[in-house]
Amino acid sequence: MDNHQHHESFVKKYIFSQDHKIIGIQYGITSLLFLLFGFYLVTVMRWQLAYPMEAFPLERFVYPLLGIGVILLFIRGLKIGIHSVVGVSLILLAGVSWYVATRDENMPNRIMLPEFYNQLGAMHGTIMVFLGVVPLAVGAFGNYIVPLQIGAPDMAFPKLNMSSYWCFFVGGVTMLVSFFVPGGAANSGWTSYPPLSDIATTGQTLWLLGMVFLITSSLLGSVNFIITIVQLRAKGLSFMRLPFFVWTQFVTSFLLLLAFPPLEAAGILQLMDRVAGTSFFLPSGLVVSGDPLPANIGGGTPLLWQHLFWFLAHPEVYVLILPALGIVAEVIANNTRKPLWGYKSLVYATIFLGFMSFIVWAHHMFMTGMGSTINAFFQITTMIISIPSIVILSAMFLSLYGGSIRINTPMLFALAFLPMFGIGGLTGLPLGLSTSDIHLHDTYYVIGHFHYVVAPGTIFALFAGIYYWYPKLTKRKMNEALGKIHFWGSFVAMNVIFFPMLIQGLAGVSRRLYDGGQTYAHAQSVLYLNEVMSIGAWSLAFFQMFFIVNLFLSIKKGKEVDDNPWEATTLDWAATTSPPLAHGNFAQVPEVYRGPYEYSVPGSDKDFIPQHQQ
Amino acid sequence: MSVNNVKSHIKVYISIFVALMVLTVLTVFVSYLELSIGYAVTIAMIVAVIKGSLVANYFMHLISEKKVIYWVLILTLVFFVILMLLPILSTLDQVSR
Amino acid sequence: MMEIPYTSKPHSETGLYNAKFGIWLFIASEVMLFGALFTAYILLRVGASEWPKGAEILNVPLATINTVVLISSSITMVMSWASLKMNEFSKYKVYMLLTFLLGVVFLVIKFFEYNAKFHHGYFPSTNMFFATYFTLTGLHGLHVIGGMIVNFYFLTIGSKMWNTDKERFTNRIEIAGLYWHFVDLVWIFLFPALYLL
Ligand code: HEM
Ligand SMILES: [Cu+2]
Repeated sequence: MDNHQHHESFVKKYIFSQDHKIIGIQYGITSLLFLLFGFYLVTVMRWQLAYPMEAFPLERFVYPLLGIGVILLFIRGLKIGIHSVVGVSLILLAGVSWYVATRDENMPNRIMLPEFYNQLGAMHGTIMVFLGVVPLAVGAFGNYIVPLQIGAPDMAFPKLNMSSYWCFFVGGVTMLVSFFVPGGAANSGWTSYPPLSDIATTGQTLWLLGMVFLITSSLLGSVNFIITIVQLRAKGLSFMRLPFFVWTQFVTSFLLLLAFPPLEAAGILQLMDRVAGTSFFLPSGLVVSGDPLPANIGGGTPLLWQHLFWFLAHPEVYVLILPALGIVAEVIANNTRKPLWGYKSLVYATIFLGFMSFIVWAHHMFMTGMGSTINAFFQITTMIISIPSIVILSAMFLSLYGGSIRINTPMLFALAFLPMFGIGGLTGLPLGLSTSDIHLHDTYYVIGHFHYVVAPGTIFALFAGIYYWYPKLTKRKMNEALGKIHFWGSFVAMNVIFFPMLIQGLAGVSRRLYDGGQTYAHAQSVLYLNEVMSIGAWSLAFFQMFFIVNLFLSIKKGKEVDDNPWEATTLDWAATTSPPLAHGNFAQVPEVYRGPYEYSVPGSDKDFIPQHQQ
Repeated sequence: MSVNNVKSHIKVYISIFVALMVLTVLTVFVSYLELSIGYAVTIAMIVAVIKGSLVANYFMHLISEKKVIYWVLILTLVFFVILMLLPILSTLDQVSR
Repeated sequence: MMEIPYTSKPHSETGLYNAKFGIWLFIASEVMLFGALFTAYILLRVGASEWPKGAEILNVPLATINTVVLISSSITMVMSWASLKMNEFSKYKVYMLLTFLLGVVFLVIKFFEYNAKFHHGYFPSTNMFFATYFTLTGLHGLHVIGGMIVNFYFLTIGSKMWNTDKERFTNRIEIAGLYWHFVDLVWIFLFPALYLL
């Protein structure tokens, strides 16, 4: 092993880095910031929903963001580091929100206009999905962990990896900039359905451009992941010895690779509609604000967009959930000290799930007047796809059985994930049957359903992952007490937010209402829940402070641990240092002799046998 | 691949090139025949598929490619067909029609 | 320090070096991109109340010439790779230059074609036929430009690698070729769909 110092410039080492670990951290920080921002948008929306048309207390929302930013900036004197990058970003975000919220076209006299609510809603969805969860789950966790778990020196194409991050960055900035153009950011929902989106304000054009960058980034990333996993596995690490997390990333990459291009195509067509005057998605005879559109406009089909959009967006929900399942599996196996129950069935279920996710998409389109034959087809495939999901969830529950479970913060989040994901999945079944979907479509029930999957589901899994792999990056554990406060607070708050949504939805309250349903007679009996949910959302924000403090405090103050503090079996922990070597990860090329979860093997002296132990 | 091997390949490339040219002329010629749209589409697509597979098989060497590539392309093709077929079928199945 | 394996040597199980596997995955995603556009084309055309025959308003002779040009550029491309295989670098340069120039010819013809349409007052906004025509050929044109940039790079600065790592350079030309042939392949389908039917 060569020990000589690599003298690289700061820019090459930390900004345009080609090391998967640095790129993973870049992805992690950027996407956590976007998650925070996407969540911040929704806390603002929840004010309007709880107290419709009341003056917005801007200071109360901006000052905390500004405060944390300033604290982070100066916390270690003027030393430059991750904390100052995040500090500056938070101050910038506070500035952006102040500027945007004080504009008369958004909030005259601090009263929120419906147009502004629509911007917030559309951008919340877009940012959370495309700039928050996916880049964190795939870009950050995938990038950092996958090469380590398969014993590879880096990703197969380091330059491509770097370009993937910077494409993502440009896409994200484009989305943020769109708040400043006339008419504000995109406001046609994260689904951008035409004809509305075709005739929407300039923000929609930027949304489309931003998406083109994000899609490009995903494509570069997914090619890289697939090649890395197929070609760069350590000797002896056959496919059936891969940690389950790697499997989930592998299937996810295929989804991104093959499902995203159709949305890119649709995006290009919509861009043409908006800038070149075509009418791919504009039907004939459209009347906008009382004026019929010119004669040469028309002949297009809005449903085409829905098909192409959901061709991506259904697989996309599995992109949101599969890596989360992978993380939870790692944490559970490690903390129950026993092998995952039914590893093979987990793997096959995941592959089947990935495949099926391409042929269920029109369950989002039951209300578009598709005939009963096609409806029946998509109902059947939707019911079929629930089977592998249940297989996976059951296997995870069964993995707990008979284990001597270690309760720590990552495990708490992983344990909470299971029932939350369960609720999310089960509430989805009625949406997959067209008869019940007629009643539930586009109500808050839908919002409740998928948030159970992505918020107390995926987000919890991602938290589990952060607490679990933190010592890998820093050689220190995050603080357990702060972690537990963060967990219990978030757990209660999440349910206070999302359970009432199911109730409201069953009562028939529509989603995307900027007054929370005030003007509807049928909503009156459940209106009181709006305030409850909003208080839940702000409490959730409050408990995230414990996480932010913990994240930065523990870099210097966390409990120091050795290279494998969780006594894990996989190569990322067992075969390399924390953090791993800057170039090449491993001091010696690891070789693998056994499966990923050999915990508590009878007759061995320790309760775990690393994969590379002979 | 040895030098001789490459030399024999070059002969194949040339004949593929000639075949592509002939097929191009053919498809343009057929388009002037004023066939009914059904026939015209069928013939044009058959010719295009033949030309496409010649390019893929010989210029892109797909004919002697590794198994993994075949698997990836089969998977892609399956999704490609789904992407084409299902939207078209569901449009045909619209209640309004 | 570990090097990334299989950058030019094939992996024992898959038989592929990384980049070759990579470009095929990329092509797979491109298949889905153009697949979606063809779906759009079919749906729009089937749903349209009237759809002109391409030959009546588009210039079929010009497009036929362009088809010939693109197919010829494919053969020069494959020849440039074969020349490297036979260790004849100067021949490689000639064929690569030809490939690049044929790309230029394709674009120039395309430019005249577009220009004539604009002169007659035909724009993407004119009707659905021109919308699809301009969008599909435009996107294909962008792919051609992308390929030409890559080819230009390997014709100039990129070709230095021949002196240091012959095998890897030959591989790179193979990769660039795969992409270029794919662009050709897309055109083979666009040509009848837009011009002849
Ligand atoms: C954790 C705290 C979160 C809260 C309090 C929250 C709250 C909300 C609310 C109230 C809406 C409905 C807005 C309306 O219909 O008017 C909404 C919509 C949405 N949320 Fe969240 N959300 C959270 C997290 C997430 C996450 C993690 C994701 C994705 C990964 C996400 C994705 C979406 C999407 C896609 C929409 C639909 C936007 C649209 O209607 O176009 N949310 N959220
Ligand atoms: Cu779905």
